[in-house]
Amino acid sequence: MALLKIHEPGETPLPHEDERQIAVGIDLGTTNSVVAISNSEKPEVLRDKSGGNAIVPSVVYYGDDTPVVGEAARDQINSDASRVVSSVKRLMGRGLDDVKSVAGTLPYHVEVPEKSETENGEPMMVRLNVGNRVLTPVEVSADILRALRARAEESLDKPVEKAVITVPAYFDDGARTATKDAAKLAGLEVLRLVNEPTAAALAYGLDNGAEGLYAVYDLGGGTFDISLLKMQKGVFQVKATGGDAALGGDDFDHAIAEHLLAERKDGGATDDLDASDAKRLLKAARTVKESLTDQNSVEVTVALNGTDTKHTVTREQFDAMIAKLVARTAAITEQVLDDANVLPEDVKGVVLVGGSTRVPAVRKAVADLFEQEPLSDIDPDEVVALGAALQAEALTGGSDNLLLDVTPLSLGLETMGGIVEKVIDRNTPIPVTKAQEFTTYQDGQSAMMIHVVQGEREMVDQCRSLARFALTGIPSMAAGAARISVQFNVDADGLLTVSAREETTGTEQEVAVKPTYGINESDMATMLRDSMVHAREDMELRVLTEARVEARRNILAVNAAMDADRALLTKEDEANIKQAIANLETAAAGDNRDAINDAAEALENASRPFAEARMDSRIRQALAGQNVDEVH
Amino acid sequence: MSNTEQPAHKVCWSCKGPVAASALFCETCNAIQAPGQLDHFTRFGLERSFDVDVDAMEATYLKQQQKLHPDRFASKSGREQALSSQQAASLNEAFETLKNPVARAHYMLRQAGHEPEGGEGHTVNDPELLMEAMEMREALDDAKDKITIDAIIKDTRKQARACENDLGAAFDSQSFDAAKKLATRLRYLMKMTEEARAKKSRLAAA
Repeated sequence: MALLKIHEPGETPLPHEDERQIAVGIDLGTTNSVVAISNSEKPEVLRDKSGGNAIVPSVVYYGDDTPVVGEAARDQINSDASRVVSSVKRLMGRGLDDVKSVAGTLPYHVEVPEKSETENGEPMMVRLNVGNRVLTPVEVSADILRALRARAEESLDKPVEKAVITVPAYFDDGARTATKDAAKLAGLEVLRLVNEPTAAALAYGLDNGAEGLYAVYDLGGGTFDISLLKMQKGVFQVKATGGDAALGGDDFDHAIAEHLLAERKDGGATDDLDASDAKRLLKAARTVKESLTDQNSVEVTVALNGTDTKHTVTREQFDAMIAKLVARTAAITEQVLDDANVLPEDVKGVVLVGGSTRVPAVRKAVADLFEQEPLSDIDPDEVVALGAALQAEALTGGSDNLLLDVTPLSLGLETMGGIVEKVIDRNTPIPVTKAQEFTTYQDGQSAMMIHVVQGEREMVDQCRSLARFALTGIPSMAAGAARISVQFNVDADGLLTVSAREETTGTEQEVAVKPTYGINESDMATMLRDSMVHAREDMELRVLTEARVEARRNILAVNAAMDADRALLTKEDEANIKQAIANLETAAAGDNRDAINDAAEALENASRPFAEARMDSRIRQALAGQNVDEVH
Repeated sequence: MSNTEQPAHKVCWSCKGPVAASALFCETCNAIQAPGQLDHFTRFGLERSFDVDVDAMEATYLKQQQKLHPDRFASKSGREQALSSQQAASLNEAFETLKNPVARAHYMLRQAGHEPEGGEGHTVNDPELLMEAMEMREALDDAKDKITIDAIIKDTRKQARACENDLGAAFDSQSFDAAKKLATRLRYLMKMTEEARAKKSRLAAA
């Protein structure tokens, strides 16, 4: 008998298991993405159909049809590289100025917007020229998210409309907004954006049920993040975060590639690499790196420009190549420990995240830094998605655990002379609301430009510009008499809203700004509409394909049965079945799904007497030689 | 001591019944309420005193965040989500203010109607403190190795601890002018400690 549950008035009861909307956790990575689900605080990654790989390469191939995502897209690098987009995460929410910093590291053409800013003074997001399409990084990310959503729906056999998506702690406001926009395009409601290191800690914290101070060392393909979290009384508090958005395993590959090229040069080879040579060389370097995780030395042949050269790379050599990079992560880590006023011995456990933490030299550096062996019982490629899934479950189904996050970067305003006045310091717990008062500097000044920036530097041009807007209609007053209050509000997703108000005269005016990086509402609406149109096309195509596959499977099965039990087949049945098969084959060759389904049903009817005869025969065989008593 | 008197009750937005002005949730319908002008000390059930047991306050803070954080309202109405976000932000502000001794001193000064030094239009003109700050800075500039910097950090922390004790006594005796000066001194000492730490990690990274 079901027990009655009594709820306090006003308290919304938690939804029932089967009524509850399914919410997944998604690790949308630079190189790889993973989707996971949690039930009863037991998270698991969702694998592909064959139950194999949990990892979906964050790679999209834009051929002539629907975009292809994952392994299949990556396979196209060799044949149709110009239509393959990878590492798009590096461009999320990025404007013209940022692209310069990643230029040359991306294998496709990045279109630089004509103007670097929109009319509102917001930086324009870059666009990609892929095949004959022009795409924003948001659209490409949406395609990856759609594929992850499809995998989840297929695996769970239920619609999936909600997700917790992880972002690097160092993602600024533009990149966070872009990630949310991508999810919206993919038809996913984002319950919460969670910082990757925090998600990883969540995955470990719940398993170990441990209280104390933990460090999360996250070295992925392109980014490094270090976070300090305190776990107490079921609350995970982020104490401090730091990192480098352009330091990761890709840099290790580059170091090996340079080493190989230098050796070739010493041997007399002159290499003038084009883009595809560089890609092949980096692929070889990556293999070397991965092999050196388990081996002390590895041999590799580099075939470029018609000259094959053989090389031996030892782990010792590799360690020397990456020593500087690893030392840089150590220096950042020390800074974060200092920020939080924490000594290495105060840290109770170190969580490793990201494929690059498999490199032995990295593990050793982490162990030396914290004077202890890091935790590694959860796969570093899956741990973030698992934590995200736990958070998704906590948000939809309730939880005893709570995640308290902080702002990774300081937020401020431009003041006289291009100096940044910080309004919210980095590592401030969120949500947070803070107001700062400013005044006019000219008599009768009626408007004031408000320029919102993010970053740790002192000067505006060294920080990231988030938004610019004008507060107008300030009543005529002497310089310094107006009281303009600018309020910053950062929500639990780490997203910023800014408003300004003139307060002396009671005339209130409020302007709210949400930085959006070049995707305005109408662009967003168009993209949503497009994606819906395509979704219908895609859906129809999928249903048709499924019907065809099912039809062929049925025909094969009936043919096999006729071969096996021809003796049980009457002449009349055989003729009917053969006719039905012919009809179904004709239908399956066409594009009418209903016709295929009708023909499939006709085949099922025609073959029923035969199927029943086979069933009877099997039962008789099974019962032959048995006593009635033995049959249950 | 509070400079704005508030009504003891307001109307609950959800059930329209009366609810205590300082209540986080309505006692009748359990709906989350707007934060209102709750005093930071009252929020944590603390007496208004400079001596705060930060660990105990943190335990209260965590307990309250468990109830108020937006993650607890992810499947509730938009209004409840917005209120929870405001409540959580107010709670964060209260905790961050009282946790940091300088911010706590400034908050207590403002509550008592005294504007702390060093803000907009306030210059510090305590020659003794300015001289002391200059000497500390010179010592830090001259420090070239970890041991010397560690000694500076140890010294500034010790002085900061003593300064905090003096601040507690100043507030207890309502000597706000003394408290103002001590708060400024504490701010310098903490800034020096921070700069010394930064210099130490720069040395380590080089």
